[in-house]
Amino acid sequence: MNKIPGYRRVFPGTQPPHLHPPYVSSLKRAPLQALVALPHTLSEITGPVFGAEIADDKACDLTRQHSGDPVGERIVVSGRVLDEDSRPVPSTLIEVWQANAAGRYLHSRDQHNAPLDPNFTGCGHALTDSEGRYRFVTIRPGEYPWGNHYNAWRPAHIHFSLFGPAFATRLVTQMYFPGDPLIPYDTIFNCTDDEKARNRLISVFDWETTIPSQALGYRFDIVLSGRESTPMETHAHGEKS
Amino acid sequence: MSLRATTSQTVGPFFSIGFSWLYRDNLAGEGVSGEHVEISGRILDGDGKPVPDGIVEIWQANSQGKYAHPDDPQEKPIEEGFSGYGRVPTDDEGRFRFTTIKPERVPGPDGKLQAPHLAVSVFTRGLLRRLITRIYFPDEPSNAEDFALNLVEPARRATLIAKKIQGRTGELEWNVKLQGEGETVFFDI
Repeated sequence: MNKIPGYRRVFPGTQPPHLHPPYVSSLKRAPLQALVALPHTLSEITGPVFGAEIADDKACDLTRQHSGDPVGERIVVSGRVLDEDSRPVPSTLIEVWQANAAGRYLHSRDQHNAPLDPNFTGCGHALTDSEGRYRFVTIRPGEYPWGNHYNAWRPAHIHFSLFGPAFATRLVTQMYFPGDPLIPYDTIFNCTDDEKARNRLISVFDWETTIPSQALGYRFDIVLSGRESTPMETHAHGEKS
Repeated sequence: MSLRATTSQTVGPFFSIGFSWLYRDNLAGEGVSGEHVEISGRILDGDGKPVPDGIVEIWQANSQGKYAHPDDPQEKPIEEGFSGYGRVPTDDEGRFRFTTIKPERVPGPDGKLQAPHLAVSVFTRGLLRRLITRIYFPDEPSNAEDFALNLVEPARRATLIAKKIQGRTGELEWNVKLQGEGETVFFDI
């Protein structure tokens, strides 16, 4: 019983370290002891399942959650969720949150001197379809300053949270916009060693999903850990991160 | 074609905008079978300061040791009204709290059962990747033979085991120390 493969481990360099000194908030929060490598069991290869009832049209259109239109440039953000073997990940929950067009979050701890928008909350969620596709309508978030170092600015970004099929596949990340001049200077973006892995966080401008006279389209595909080919009982590894 | 999993990024300080719609601090309603428990604690940083912008996610089996998931091959019932998923934020003092049931043991490696446990993800501003840990239960004889606890050096195992709160039946305390003395054991999965 229970001969189900576990999920693949992190490929070296493609995920950030826990401690990244340029990101000041990591200094006192990153664990310093080596992580304990845990073979995958039933606890890691299962995970929360969400049904279709959890998503609705309003949740995936961030421009339609209030009585009026939010300020800013309307955009369509869409893509596919795949595993590392290019298989679509269907019916998985995606959550997004973001700043408004002025670079301000609807959050009590955001003290940035920029206006809130009464017509924009900045959160949404959706389930992927049978092909792993998702689609959000929103407005392009603004860049904003933060206190990490002198004259620190975050590039425009949208936060993404994904569950995937298992506890092991949970992912929280951020999507960036092509051509943003702040990206090369961003401490958070640069926390991952592998340049290709970093650049996959930048969405691609997409004519196909651009709606004429309405909204520019950006495509952002997300890859979650794939299945190991060996059953989890025999999996042995010593990688520590 | 082989792809690489997308790079993780921090949840940042404003995750409640995106996460609060799915906060679940009561995993098991009144009718759910099993031993009901309340688990509370704090997330503390390397200076022992509370982490007010953290979030704890829980994943667990039911009182029969069955996960509400299609990849659990055990012929055991899924319980109506119990999904096994929870999500709670920390408050200004770094405190979190949730209620659930103690799960039954689930299969582990080599056909042996694991001790009852909750799988836990911790996200905070400052963490570029989620931290993965487990909550085990006090006064549980099977802890001694649990394969995951036995992967941990003995002096650190206590960080994974919730403590009873004296005089309060059914209430347990479990803290997350992100760094430094008494650092919680985190797993690489």
